[in-house]
Amino acid sequence: MCTGRIDPQFVLKAFQSGADGVLILGCHPGDCHYKEGNYKALRRFHLLKRMLKQFGVDEGRFRLDWVSASEGEKFVEVIRDMVATVKKLGPLMTDKEKLRVG
Amino acid sequence: MGKPKVAFYWCASCGGCEEAVVDLAEDILKVVEAVEFVFWPVAMDFKVKDVESLGDGEIAVSFINGAIRTGEQEHMAKLLRKKSGLVVAFGACAHIGGTPGLANFVNRKKIFDWVYFNAPSNDNPGKIIPQEKTKVEVGELTLPEFYDTVYTLDQVIDVDYYLPGCAPPPDLIMKAVEAILSGNLPEKGSVLAPDKALCDTCKRKTTKPERASIKEIRRVHEVMLDPERCFLDQGIICLGPATRDGCGERCINANMPCRGCFGSTSRIEDQGAKFLSALASIIDMNEEEEIKRIIDSIVDPAGIFYFYSLPASMLRRRLDI
Ligand code: SF4
Ligand code: SF4
Ligand code: SF4
Ligand code: FES
Repeated sequence: MCTGRIDPQFVLKAFQSGADGVLILGCHPGDCHYKEGNYKALRRFHLLKRMLKQFGVDEGRFRLDWVSASEGEKFVEVIRDMVATVKKLGPLMTDKEKLRVG
Repeated sequence: MGKPKVAFYWCASCGGCEEAVVDLAEDILKVVEAVEFVFWPVAMDFKVKDVESLGDGEIAVSFINGAIRTGEQEHMAKLLRKKSGLVVAFGACAHIGGTPGLANFVNRKKIFDWVYFNAPSNDNPGKIIPQEKTKVEVGELTLPEFYDTVYTLDQVIDVDYYLPGCAPPPDLIMKAVEAILSGNLPEKGSVLAPDKALCDTCKRKTTKPERASIKEIRRVHEVMLDPERCFLDQGIICLGPATRDGCGERCINANMPCRGCFGSTSRIEDQGAKFLSALASIIDMNEEEEIKRIIDSIVDPAGIFYFYSLPASMLRRRLDI
């Protein structure tokens, strides 16, 4: 799926469902199959990151990066780094009782 | 057969929804004619025990406005639910949390610290804060629990219908009352307003940006507002794209942008995120540092995107406190 198709609601849904981090990976700028999708994603990402901070979601839990299909090594590196960051941050507190969700 | 019994109650509310009923003007006489009010604390002298003494389901319909912020409000909502055939969440606060719901960016402790200790107008040397139980000579006094989190009405009880708006406009109220009296009701759970976006009926929609075209985001006091042009096209945040139609563009007609009091259409789950997405799409900038600069110029994104809908949003509140 092109990163330009990623609705911010998907990201919130992931956090709401208990994800401790969300990582979006897309084609490098200039390489998007739909030309501008990743630029749109970049704008949404920065705005969403800023907004999530106001919800008490640490910046480290939400990341956007560019990895092309041929960059196996970078892919591994980004994932490792994300996992390490999220592990350090620990679980995101979603107090189901306080929030009265099922 | 007697007239249908009706209750009108307020929870965490500003009173504006009560005022909206008075704003029905002469239409209110039609309503009074057709129904019997059994509970309406703001206007008539009833007691809780009057409600308690009714049979289950005996009230035809309870209109409840305001969000749920205290234990007493939850208790009253539950009592009215038990005694009523239908419950209508009346107004933005009951429907989606409303402006009281913005308190979900903080918690009880922060609110109490500010209100009872730190607000500049305070003089509280004894550091007194309200207690749920206080012993006095004559016995024990109680106050309701003040919750950490503000809830929408449907997060504490089952709700049959929603009348959106801060406050709901008279035409929608009358339509809802007529529908209830005639039994001509839509599917349970419906919002009693059109299911399309505000922009669809907005007079300014011809100038609404279709693609990336704005380079700055401004606040209403920073510019001379063009009374004809779409607010978004002027770089002004207007929640129209993520907001349900039906208010008659009250704010737009007063040359003010929409803040989303009608909540979203049924296809949108999170009003704030939906608006965020729409806004990011029309920012005309691909250079990362510039994007950040433009985004940082929005003073309080979460507060504005969820001006009315924070408790109804996917995350519901600030998570780390
Ligand atoms: S919806 Fe608006 S008018 Fe009604 S109680 Fe809430 S703030 Fe007041
Ligand atoms: S964004 Fe606001 S001003 Fe523009 S068309 Fe929609 S409701 Fe009207
Ligand atoms: S323009 Fe928006 S904020 Fe104003 S009354 Fe209509 S829905 Fe509510
Ligand atoms: S196709 Fe658009 S980001 Fe990869």
